[in-house]
Amino acid sequence: MTMTAQSSTSEPTATQRPTYFVNAMKEGLHAAMSEDDRVVVIGEDVDRSVIGATRGLIDDFGPMRVRNTPISEATFVGACVGAAAAGLRPVVDLMVGSFFYVAMDQLADQAAKLRYMSGGQVALPIVYFAATGPSGSGAAQHSENLHPMLMNVAGLKIVMPSTPYDAKGLMISAIRDPNPVVYLQDFVLGGTKSHVPEDAYAIPLGVGDVKKPGTDVTVVAIGATVPKALRVAKALEKEGISVEVIDPRTLVPLDEDLILSSVARTGRLVVTDSARLTCSAASEIVAMVAQSGFGTLKAAPQRVAWENVPVPFSPPLEKRVLVQDDDIRRAILATLA
Amino acid sequence: MTVVDTETGRPANPTATAWPVAEQQHMLRMMIRIRRFEERLAALFKRGELPGFVHLYLGEEAVAVGVCSALRADDRITSTHRGHGHVIAKGASTDRMMAELFGRVDGYCRGKGGSMHIVDFSLGIMGTNGIVGGGIPIGTGSAWGDKHLGRDNVTVVFFGDGASNQGVFFESMNLAAIWKLPVIFVCENNGYTEWTPTEKLTAGRIVDRGSPMGIPGDLVDGNDVVAVREATDKAVARARTGQGPTLIEARTYRWHGHNEGEEAFAGAYRPQQEQDDWRGRDPIAAYGHALVQAGVITQPEWDEIDLAETAAVEASVVFAQQSPLPDPEEALDHLFATTSTGDLR
Repeated sequence: MTMTAQSSTSEPTATQRPTYFVNAMKEGLHAAMSEDDRVVVIGEDVDRSVIGATRGLIDDFGPMRVRNTPISEATFVGACVGAAAAGLRPVVDLMVGSFFYVAMDQLADQAAKLRYMSGGQVALPIVYFAATGPSGSGAAQHSENLHPMLMNVAGLKIVMPSTPYDAKGLMISAIRDPNPVVYLQDFVLGGTKSHVPEDAYAIPLGVGDVKKPGTDVTVVAIGATVPKALRVAKALEKEGISVEVIDPRTLVPLDEDLILSSVARTGRLVVTDSARLTCSAASEIVAMVAQSGFGTLKAAPQRVAWENVPVPFSPPLEKRVLVQDDDIRRAILATLA
Repeated sequence: MTVVDTETGRPANPTATAWPVAEQQHMLRMMIRIRRFEERLAALFKRGELPGFVHLYLGEEAVAVGVCSALRADDRITSTHRGHGHVIAKGASTDRMMAELFGRVDGYCRGKGGSMHIVDFSLGIMGTNGIVGGGIPIGTGSAWGDKHLGRDNVTVVFFGDGASNQGVFFESMNLAAIWKLPVIFVCENNGYTEWTPTEKLTAGRIVDRGSPMGIPGDLVDGNDVVAVREATDKAVARARTGQGPTLIEARTYRWHGHNEGEEAFAGAYRPQQEQDDWRGRDPIAAYGHALVQAGVITQPEWDEIDLAETAAVEASVVFAQQSPLPDPEEALDHLFATTSTGDLR
């Protein structure tokens, strides 16, 4: 099956159907498992799948390739390093992004570093995926987004799609990649729906996507903030402000050229991130543009991210901490002031 | 008269066996190789000629050699911060190890790894490890990979008494038990968790920790290479025939400190009498004498082996010193592999 990647903003074709985000992930998993029988999926309750991305795969691939693990994150995250070195291509469902913390040594010290430490002797094709970020009163231990700190662990690629179309194509690329890849499915996007081709297709890692072209301000949006940024951009259009919305889609590697060339045209930058502000991906991207594109900036770049507190439980508290449409709007206007 | 160890129920000293003469001599040789290699490192460290720090295996040689002599070349191991012995026993070149310890390009990892990250996948060496217990899940996963792919390889997970209190030890035994994985957990109990007596930090016997999960435990004298080998042979046979994991606890003693140079801060934490007693139970001397007594080797042949291994270690130091330091730009290489698989485009 061969298809070229196309923009998610293109018109639906005959082979496309409205598809939920988690089902698009599942289609990617299914395609990769059909392509290569060394691909195995493990994790807690992956046979029935709480979030849904692995639901039903066991019917087509059986219990040895869709295998439930004990609740031992550190061990099954680390076991994939040995299994990958032995020749498997493991895909791990961590279920909830916060649970990466339990497995941090095996993820950050072992999986991410073994290839480098060995002088490039081994390739470790592993995908670690999870539903991540706030889900609506998930409270502090089920709402974390670890992409900022994982960006700082050299040796992990990081994927964070914002549309069902990207979710499928990036899942296939993540599984085919010969390196450990962390694939983060923002919780609140899991139930979103858009047109997805039935056939398999791969979206290369490290290639961002212009979700909406514009000329006045560049908004780089990550994960769950992408639909928010698009909403704000549409509203501002009516006020005569043209906003370009860029989704990097992968944070490692980061499509720096796409961001820099957009800022070179607009001269203004806002970065929205679904993570705490300090050392967020937004901070990194703003710093990158300040260093490499300073001469093209007409205004101080703005970061829009969470308050620097754990995500609280009660709805008004949670709302206060997370990124809201108005925060993005204010940041855009600040660059135009 | 055969003295029986009251705890293990085995003879307290190694004996010659009916194994081929060459094999018994080879086991003696490998223990000597480790001993001379580690002694040389101790001297190099003292003179400040090694970058970083090292944890030496002196006194524990019978464990690595007893275990690895029971393995095939395509079986795998994961190792520890005190891993030089395991790696040598699994067949690593002392030249390339020494070059790695000197941070040179001819080292196993081109100088990127050092003592605690020596890796040679072609020899089934999945790495020494800087994190206590870090290799346990990796070795368990290696066994899962082999079993899934229909191979009959086994993986040995070496770890210390300190690592037996890490969560991943219990988690990995559980996973290995429910999935019946061909993995052998080998605990080298050298009596000290860094600088604290292990008995003060560890409840019960380590060998019993697999019992609730149905994993057979075998307690052996880790200074008796024959006892270690026989226990490993049994565990390997179980693993290869699909009967699942085994836990071996080998009681031994490290002659040197947790790390070289510890005298700068550690103080006297081990009684002199205890150290003398264990040195009196030198695993190499015990095995060599048993082989001489049984006529498996002559004293001159033993001396010859020792001279040859000592010379080879000297040659490895020269090899390492003559190997170039890496180009600093190599620090930026080897982060990511580049070749994707599959035919989806």
